[in-house]
Amino acid sequence: MEPLVQKTLVTGSAEAKSSSRSPVSTGGGLRQYHGRQRLREGLIHAFLAVNGYLAIFLIALIFLFLFKEGFQALKTVQPLQWIGHKTLDFDGREVFRFIWQPLSSTPKYSLMPLLSGSFLVALPATLLSTVIGIGCGVYLAELASPRVRELLKPVVELLAGIPTVVIGFLALSVLASVVQSVFHTQFRLNAFVGALGVSLVIIPVIASMTEDALRAVPNELREASYGLGATRWETLSRVILPAGISGISASILLGMGRALGETMIVLMATGNAAVFTADIFSSVRTMTATIAAELGSAAQGSEVYYALFFVGSVLFTLTFLINLVSEIVVERMRRRLRL
Amino acid sequence: MKLGRNIVGVFFEGLCRGCALLVCVAVLAILGFIFVKGAGSISWDFLSTAPSDGMTHGGIFPAIFGTVAITLLMIVMALPLGVAAAVYLNEYAGRGRGARFIRAAINNLAGVPSIVFGLFGVGFFVLFVGRNLDRVLQTGLLFGQPAMLWAAATLAVLVLPVIIVTTEEALKAVPLSHREAAYGLGATRWQMIRRVVLPQALPGILTGAILSISRGAGETAPILFTGAAYFLPRLPVTKLFGAIPMINPLDQFMELAYHIFIMATQSTNVELTRPIQYGTALVLLALTFTLNLGAILMRIRFRRKLRRA
Repeated sequence: MEPLVQKTLVTGSAEAKSSSRSPVSTGGGLRQYHGRQRLREGLIHAFLAVNGYLAIFLIALIFLFLFKEGFQALKTVQPLQWIGHKTLDFDGREVFRFIWQPLSSTPKYSLMPLLSGSFLVALPATLLSTVIGIGCGVYLAELASPRVRELLKPVVELLAGIPTVVIGFLALSVLASVVQSVFHTQFRLNAFVGALGVSLVIIPVIASMTEDALRAVPNELREASYGLGATRWETLSRVILPAGISGISASILLGMGRALGETMIVLMATGNAAVFTADIFSSVRTMTATIAAELGSAAQGSEVYYALFFVGSVLFTLTFLINLVSEIVVERMRRRLRL
Repeated sequence: MKLGRNIVGVFFEGLCRGCALLVCVAVLAILGFIFVKGAGSISWDFLSTAPSDGMTHGGIFPAIFGTVAITLLMIVMALPLGVAAAVYLNEYAGRGRGARFIRAAINNLAGVPSIVFGLFGVGFFVLFVGRNLDRVLQTGLLFGQPAMLWAAATLAVLVLPVIIVTTEEALKAVPLSHREAAYGLGATRWQMIRRVVLPQALPGILTGAILSISRGAGETAPILFTGAAYFLPRLPVTKLFGAIPMINPLDQFMELAYHIFIMATQSTNVELTRPIQYGTALVLLALTFTLNLGAILMRIRFRRKLRRA
């Protein structure tokens, strides 16, 4: 027995030296359990493993149940109908229209207004949050004194913790009026108001991920740069930011995924008019808001019901891909910085 | 030359400082505004009575009750699963391909749009699990309709990544030397985890639980179609064995976040009920703010204690 235990300890500390982040997976592999002890350890291991793989199982379930209902819609709605439909205009000419009107007598299922609405909110929100979030992250990681950082970090976390429905409510009741009186917009509720609200949700995401990325940059790089006579800002902009760029890009992608998936703020603040437009001061309706607003009144098993699940499938696929790319970018950064 | 370089630096550093300041101002403005506008509506009556006169007067007690009930139900479901998953990831899985896939899945689960959770809740929990339960148990239409149970289950899936990530962080913080000491005394791996690792990680795990409760209480989209009700004349309670009062998980419920949403967008007179909306927002914000602040303070203390150890 004794040599075995010793061996465990030796490999344990050797592994600790080679990688400080995963000091754990020692012991069990080298110890030999017998009889009931072995059975018990095995059962516990199996039980925990089932729970461990739960996340994969749940993602698969979400895929399955979203697409199962979503594909029902493909049975009755033609592929071209998802883009738009041909109709006659007032002069009797044939035109192609992009209209989402699932409850009219001839239902129209064009996804174009919903997609344009989603991106008209998500892109400006991401842009704004990128500027403010990176600025805030840089300040937290490189400029702030430890005491200021310890105060500021909780503030950023508290912003992330404000319920989106409260932000949506403020955007609807206060921010919209301010925006209208400043920009003299035609519609009080529009994509711009929604984007401002959504950016409050993604600024904390980008700020904290940027901070993590910058703090992961090894100190040797900073010291080498200062040693060459660079100022603090030169070190930051030419050495540290380029070194942390993968993490920062990943945070922007993640923020964009969040912006596309944000529901309550856009539902309350964008006016919910499904128009195919590129005007940021127009009322728009996003994919998320469409589902939230219409699923309640759609009879289960009806064409509208399945069409809304199809919209959900499109939205999920989109955010899933964005998250996946962000994941790969972060993984690459970890490997490059050998963390 | 040096001066020019410094001016550029000072300018951009000032810009970063400005961004940080802007975030602080935004947080203070939101909290302050809701507090000033909502404080007037808060009274004992507001907190302890039900809405009346077609939701234009009265209080929000059923919504507070519903929020507390559903988040408790949610954490009871999510915490054991999340902690077990984190223990597996940190103590058993190592760094192989399986662990990488699980981590990727957790990150992706954290990024699923909340309305997609709502769709999933309807499609899976209400219609698949619920309806099949009804068929098997011959209960007519008891399980196969929106209810607190399904809303809580949906929220549990949503907060699972939060619990797993915070728990794993807490497990990682337990020093290697303590594990080695346990092994040295002849403990098996599970004995080591249960007697040494989990007790030390407990404050960190609790922090994660508090954060998820706050997150769950603030979510609206996942419960829109899985059980939240516009107005209920009674509380979702029932008598177990006809005597012991308990939350009825098969009933629908009112909820603070959902209440703000409907009062602000679908109320018959939005302007008239503004005080109720601000009051409800203040209650919800106070709840989530207190929980978040508590979690943050707990984490700071936990880290300090570990550093000393």
